[in-house]
Amino acid sequence: MSANNMRLTLRIWRQKSNGHAGKFEVYNDVEANEHMSFLEMMDVLNEKLVSQKKEPVAFAHDCREGICGTCNMVINGKPHGPKGGTTTCQLHMRTFNDGDVITVEPWRATAFPVIKDLVVDRSSFDKIIQAGGYISVNTGQAQDANAIPIEKDTSSEAFDSATCIGCGACVAACPNGSAMLFTAAKVNHLAMLPQGKVENSRRVRAMVNQMDEEGFGMCSNTGACEVECPKEISITNIAKLNRMYMGAVLGKQDTVA
Amino acid sequence: MNLDPKIPEGALAEKWTQYRGTMNLVAPNNKRRLEVIVVGTGLAGAAAAATLGELGYNVKAFTFHDSPRRAHSIAAQGGINAAKNYQNDGDSVYRLFYDTIKGGDYRSREANVHRLAEVSRNIIDQAVAQGVPFAREYGGLLANRSFGGVQVSRTFYARGQTGQQLLLGAYQSLSRQISTGSVTMYNRHEMLDLVVSEGKARGIITRNLLTGKLEKHAAHCVVLATGGYGNVFYLSTNAMNSNVTAAWRAVHRGALMANPCYTQIHPTCIPQSGEYQSKLTLMSESLRNDGRVWVPNNVEDAKAIREGRKTAKDIAEKDRDYYLERRYPAFGNLVPRDVASRAARIACGEGKGIVPTGLGVFLDFASAFERYGKSEAHTKGIHNPSDAQIQEFGKAVVAAKYGNLFDMYENIMGENPYETPMRIFPAVHYTMGGLWVDYNLETNVPGLFALGEANFSDHGANRLGASALMQGLADGYFVIPYTIGQFLSGEIRTEKISTDLPAFDAALNDTRNRIQKLMNIQGNTSTENFHRRLGKIMWEYCGMSRNAEGLKKGRQMIRDLRKEFYSDLFIPGSMDEFNPELEKACKVADFLELGETMMVDALDRNESCGGHFREEYQTEEGEADRNDDDYTYVSAWEWNDQDPVLHKEDLKFENVKLKKRSYK
Repeated sequence: MSANNMRLTLRIWRQKSNGHAGKFEVYNDVEANEHMSFLEMMDVLNEKLVSQKKEPVAFAHDCREGICGTCNMVINGKPHGPKGGTTTCQLHMRTFNDGDVITVEPWRATAFPVIKDLVVDRSSFDKIIQAGGYISVNTGQAQDANAIPIEKDTSSEAFDSATCIGCGACVAACPNGSAMLFTAAKVNHLAMLPQGKVENSRRVRAMVNQMDEEGFGMCSNTGACEVECPKEISITNIAKLNRMYMGAVLGKQDTVA
Repeated sequence: MNLDPKIPEGALAEKWTQYRGTMNLVAPNNKRRLEVIVVGTGLAGAAAAATLGELGYNVKAFTFHDSPRRAHSIAAQGGINAAKNYQNDGDSVYRLFYDTIKGGDYRSREANVHRLAEVSRNIIDQAVAQGVPFAREYGGLLANRSFGGVQVSRTFYARGQTGQQLLLGAYQSLSRQISTGSVTMYNRHEMLDLVVSEGKARGIITRNLLTGKLEKHAAHCVVLATGGYGNVFYLSTNAMNSNVTAAWRAVHRGALMANPCYTQIHPTCIPQSGEYQSKLTLMSESLRNDGRVWVPNNVEDAKAIREGRKTAKDIAEKDRDYYLERRYPAFGNLVPRDVASRAARIACGEGKGIVPTGLGVFLDFASAFERYGKSEAHTKGIHNPSDAQIQEFGKAVVAAKYGNLFDMYENIMGENPYETPMRIFPAVHYTMGGLWVDYNLETNVPGLFALGEANFSDHGANRLGASALMQGLADGYFVIPYTIGQFLSGEIRTEKISTDLPAFDAALNDTRNRIQKLMNIQGNTSTENFHRRLGKIMWEYCGMSRNAEGLKKGRQMIRDLRKEFYSDLFIPGSMDEFNPELEKACKVADFLELGETMMVDALDRNESCGGHFREEYQTEEGEADRNDDDYTYVSAWEWNDQDPVLHKEDLKFENVKLKKRSYK
């Protein structure tokens, strides 16, 4: 584990609040080594700023294991940085080279207003789930867990959709700021399972309507969301959602593929 | 203080059923008039808030996260236990109960643990009904695997993301209640004080993290589901923002902190690589189903590996010490976490560590690749598979089981665990200690309840793997919805609690003064610096092993550090805005007091049990030496700045015989 040290120049978006205008600040000679995670590199920068009695860079983070979905930086123009299938917290400095200039920005989308620096408000995602992203079952109403066998591949496919961490990279990547991949992943996760299929029609309509209400843009199938998703959720979720939505608004029974 | 655990009468297996059938109920028309505050929205809190909302109570739920879905329950990897006996391998409620009591080194309450084992079965049913995509067999039924400290397969899992899927299930149920209006959700609100009025918990003081505004929130009772305090060690597998503040503020208002020294050090984590490191990453215990832990037999080989002159592949099979298999033949690599962690420490203490710091051992999957590869080849009808085929098939099977964990390891370490064994070392992971609660999960402050990792109740001195998810959900879905009625049934004539009560303004002022005091120090040292130093003291003197001398020294060091903290802390910005540095400072202020209490607790307990290993009390073979005559009690501490005060609850074992714990 010999550590190769590097010196970097960071261009970081600083913005006091949503009401203030933001701008890039340049930080020269930021020291790092290849074993650090990107956020640990930011920690070191922040400690230095605090020691100079300057305001540290606000950024969102929590689990630092790539699962809570809190961290959200656009690094060199890409949500979660240059490495595919990775959250910002799991991006390591060995991906970069000594002397690199790295640009760091928050998610940029109408439905994700900036709170401060790199921190944005993603409560619009919660609203979409509240609109119908659940199965209506009260505690205690369940039958035995093995009463309904579910085909292994079907269950596995539901899992592939359910693996979404709600980080919002799909929205940040989308030129229209659309939340279709997020919404479609939840719809498909639940629609694949017999327990969730029952209320699918209602769910699809409610979630899509809420998505529009929150100010997310239209999906124009650019595919950017799939590329940047740290959990590599497939764009086929969107195709399926579209089919289910058409079925639901045309008043047909659920058309789960 | 008399600590009455309020354990119901009757035979062990009947207690919960009988109690549930006779306890006080609150009628629907009264539920509508009663308010409940739930703090924390992880597994326990989200499950409780959703279920109480479904029952008709008016619930206010609070989280400091931007969304309930971010709670650290989400990071639990391996699985959740339940006594379903779907595998027909001899599991039962009693066996899960017994394994948990034994795994906890006979330091937990029989009645609570038995209830946990009983309701474990309902949790799986509930989760499946919510759409949690657990792993399944080809026949469409649920799959299981094994975890440490047990000899059956009772762990349900969703790849290496079980916590995520269970939390999303609870989060979705909570979201449904939010949409119906039965739960009001307060995101980005941190609880900074408990309000106790006329002897009952009636509300909380929160700080709106976006605006800095201090707010008063009232209810008929308060439920804390605020998680564990492993971050007192600075480096742990906990999320960066996990903290003890809500629970510790309750302690300042009279609640007792039970068994704070019982800390779980998880044996399989990625070793520390540098000073800048912010956290440690867990590699799920499920990996010990298939991975074998070893170090080189001789110190020279270990040194060569540390210096990069040799690799794992250069060490012949006969020169390897699979020390868990050697020391504990009955359980092998699947001994409980405390046992596995101590064994790693001993191996590294002998100079056999295999990472540059000397603190690391191998977790090797080579035999799993071979075993699965051969079996897979056989299934495919290839009866003379080549080595390359065996490796290819075997790695594919392992990838299907643990793919995300292997990817995470590669991301962090920059080496491919399919080609070279993982390097691991123990790290702080979970805290068995927590707020003292009785059988109703009510603390000694009437109307204040604690659930999940925030309480102390079920895991004794050591928690078994895949039992944290079980306990959090048991408390939230199946225990508190009943037991809260024991308190609230006495409140049906109580009017809506007003935030104009004097206790609210007093608590608000205390909170404001506390924050101002921190802001006004204007010294030169960052919160991070103090936290890191606190963590080092904790790990050195109150970590994997402790002794009386070190604990006394450590306690004094923490007191000195606390003094320095209050004279030299620097927090940028102001208190009336979004200020993550201030948030951290409030947390570290409480960690400093908790850390000292942990030292005091560890010093009081002159025995070794579970995660609490006192060097003075060990057998000749280096195993924990328990003292049942003098220490079969729960230590419940009342905070006092000079000297925390000890209260005891004697543990009574009526069904299980106390035995020396053996996994040999």
